[in-house]
Amino acid sequence: MNESIRPPIDARTPPAAQRQTSRAADLAWFAVPVLVLILASAWLITSDWLSAFDTGAPPVEKLTFERTVLNGDGIHVQVRAGGSAPITIAQVQVDDAYWSFKQEPPGPLDRLSSAWLHIPYPWVLGEKHDVKVLTRTGVAFVKTIEVAVPTPQAQFSNLGPQALLGAFVGIVPVVIGMLFYPALRHVGRSGMNFVLALTVGLLVFLFIDTMKEALEFAKRAAESFQGTTMVLLVAVATFLLLFAVGRRHGTPTGLALATYIALGIGLHNFGEGLAIGAAFTAGIAGLGTFLVLGFTLHNVTEGIGIVAPLVDSRPPLPTFVGLALLAGAPAILGIWLGSLSYAPHWAALALAIGAGAILQVIVEVGAYLMRRAGGSQGAWLSPSVLAGLTLGIGVMYVTAMLVKV
Amino acid sequence: MRDWILKRLSRRGLLSGGALAAAGVGLATVMKDKPALAQTGHSAHVATSASATATPHAQAHGNMIAMGDVDNAQNGFDPSKMLTDWETGKVSQLPDGRTLRSFEIVAQDKEIEIVPGVFFPAWTYNGRVPGPTLRATEGERLRIVFRNESSHPHTMHFHGIHSARMDGVPGAGEVLPGGEFAYEFDALPFGCHLYHCHSLPLKRHIHKGMYGAFIIDPDPARHPEQAAIARSRLLGTPENKAWQEFVMMMNAFDTDMDGKNEVYAVNTVGHHYSKHPIRIERGRPVRVYLVNIVEFDPINSFHLHANFFDYYDHGTTLTPTLKTVDTVMQCQAQRGILEFTFKNHETGMYMFHAHQSEFAELGWMGMFDVVEATS
Repeated sequence: MNESIRPPIDARTPPAAQRQTSRAADLAWFAVPVLVLILASAWLITSDWLSAFDTGAPPVEKLTFERTVLNGDGIHVQVRAGGSAPITIAQVQVDDAYWSFKQEPPGPLDRLSSAWLHIPYPWVLGEKHDVKVLTRTGVAFVKTIEVAVPTPQAQFSNLGPQALLGAFVGIVPVVIGMLFYPALRHVGRSGMNFVLALTVGLLVFLFIDTMKEALEFAKRAAESFQGTTMVLLVAVATFLLLFAVGRRHGTPTGLALATYIALGIGLHNFGEGLAIGAAFTAGIAGLGTFLVLGFTLHNVTEGIGIVAPLVDSRPPLPTFVGLALLAGAPAILGIWLGSLSYAPHWAALALAIGAGAILQVIVEVGAYLMRRAGGSQGAWLSPSVLAGLTLGIGVMYVTAMLVKV
Repeated sequence: MRDWILKRLSRRGLLSGGALAAAGVGLATVMKDKPALAQTGHSAHVATSASATATPHAQAHGNMIAMGDVDNAQNGFDPSKMLTDWETGKVSQLPDGRTLRSFEIVAQDKEIEIVPGVFFPAWTYNGRVPGPTLRATEGERLRIVFRNESSHPHTMHFHGIHSARMDGVPGAGEVLPGGEFAYEFDALPFGCHLYHCHSLPLKRHIHKGMYGAFIIDPDPARHPEQAAIARSRLLGTPENKAWQEFVMMMNAFDTDMDGKNEVYAVNTVGHHYSKHPIRIERGRPVRVYLVNIVEFDPINSFHLHANFFDYYDHGTTLTPTLKTVDTVMQCQAQRGILEFTFKNHETGMYMFHAHQSEFAELGWMGMFDVVEATS
């Protein structure tokens, strides 16, 4: 019926040249909304009719302290501006005393731009200091340095001891966990289900923990970065990306699955490294031995999780070494960076990526477990799986008590 | 050069200390670093201050000072000139032969710079904070015409003797924006007094800047036994000209409205007299009319370095109420007269400040530059 009122398709088919012009015309239509946007913006800026909303209230000012460095020259803070107008830093007080300072670069701070304030203040080791920045309008922004200790500089002599520490909390426990591998090969079908469920349980804990850390860093970042939103979006994007990459050649099993688990755990251990580095810098190192041992115990389970998908194959030794490094070595990098002064939005970003990676392995290990159990829904309710899940989360939670200071 | 080497040395010690601490080798190593750190801080401190400013008075404060300088022209008042800026009004004779002294005061909203770069939306008398220092003689009839050109109701409440109608409180002499009122009373008692706005809420009207000194000089004729002392206080007499008189109103500003002051000062601008010392001729005695109007803190104080003074609480006596002290304490609205001399001192910089160290470090400190007499 419709065909009868339409002209024949052949009659509407344009010749080649005509087809080209129409493509150009199609493209031109994309320019229209852009052009309208430009016109609207130009009108908004030139006509200034928004001034009708000007209540005479002072501009909203926001200042975020991103980095703090203490050294022999005094206190150095990096601040980032937010709010509705450029911020002019007028004075600096340290512990309720006006102090001279040098701003670098000088001048008013535009929205989202940052500057260093160099304050030649004779700070006292181990004590608390408040740095207060007064803007032109007299609004005060305060950064509290809870425990003043010299900020480590990135220098070669630090790297060795820090790498050793990172290896001890990252690589050593993963290797110890991997040593369960020969035993795992003889646990039987339901025993294997238990181990895989244990892995899912520990990954669930790590996901929650990583997400929590990421959101905490996000809170400390400048508001314009929309920390919470950024963390959630990056985590989801990472999950989707890794999920898509992982399933290019079907669902990952065996070595591929073990590698993804090691990657997710590695990213989490990077976050743990940041926390340890920061803790040592902040002087919490007094708990040293206890803290390090806690992290070691906490991470043993991770090794078991990584080798669990490998029981059906017999990978060569270098594969195990590679997996252990992938999962554990990022802790070293984390400690190196964490002991330096870093901006919170970068840490939030790194941890959000870690959370997304862990979510991907939770899904894949879960899928693997389902397949092994015969694909039935009931598999999740078998005693060995429930026990594994509970124990995985439980062990991680209890050992985490050792390291939360 | 020596400072530079010291700085390098202690910095190196510090860096290795930092490395050890980060490695978690032990707390003992960190503790050992403590003297090195203190020294580092000190040497850095001296080095930068010496290079930044060469003047001796600046060195006394080192880096503990507000940066830059306030634009006095834009503010419309200069704390250095305020010290001796007496507003004596217009004098005329009443039919009964008494002296009538008239003043004109206008309330205005004005943004003022209270420490370099920090601006405060003040409420002012005659566009300045503190308001003009009104100076009269005991027993005169005073007439203060007060016009309100600001955005809020205000009053002028004088600390003195007057009738209830002239008290300058809501219901008795409060002036609405655009309005006018004339306060009339006798200048009594002699002494160092103040006036301030008493509109409600009182706290805000005071800390926004509505206050000023109100000095009543004693009439020598009324104090025959102490006429010489009274004459030395009476503005314009030869005896008075021998003195160097300054008015100092101790005030403070809460710039972020959190009920805590960010800036403490004498005559508004924090650290002003640290950067612009008050010149004193060594041979001539000094008299300071000191008033405390600081809001939010219960007390304030004045401490003079290397010298002692006699103190006349409220200035209502001609004999000191405190003799030979170097620190005096005042609650809000308390005031008094300080008398001292540097006659037997070396010339040089002599510090004065609140002996609440916090106030001093937040701007309430200054210097007397004692010099040989020029004439």
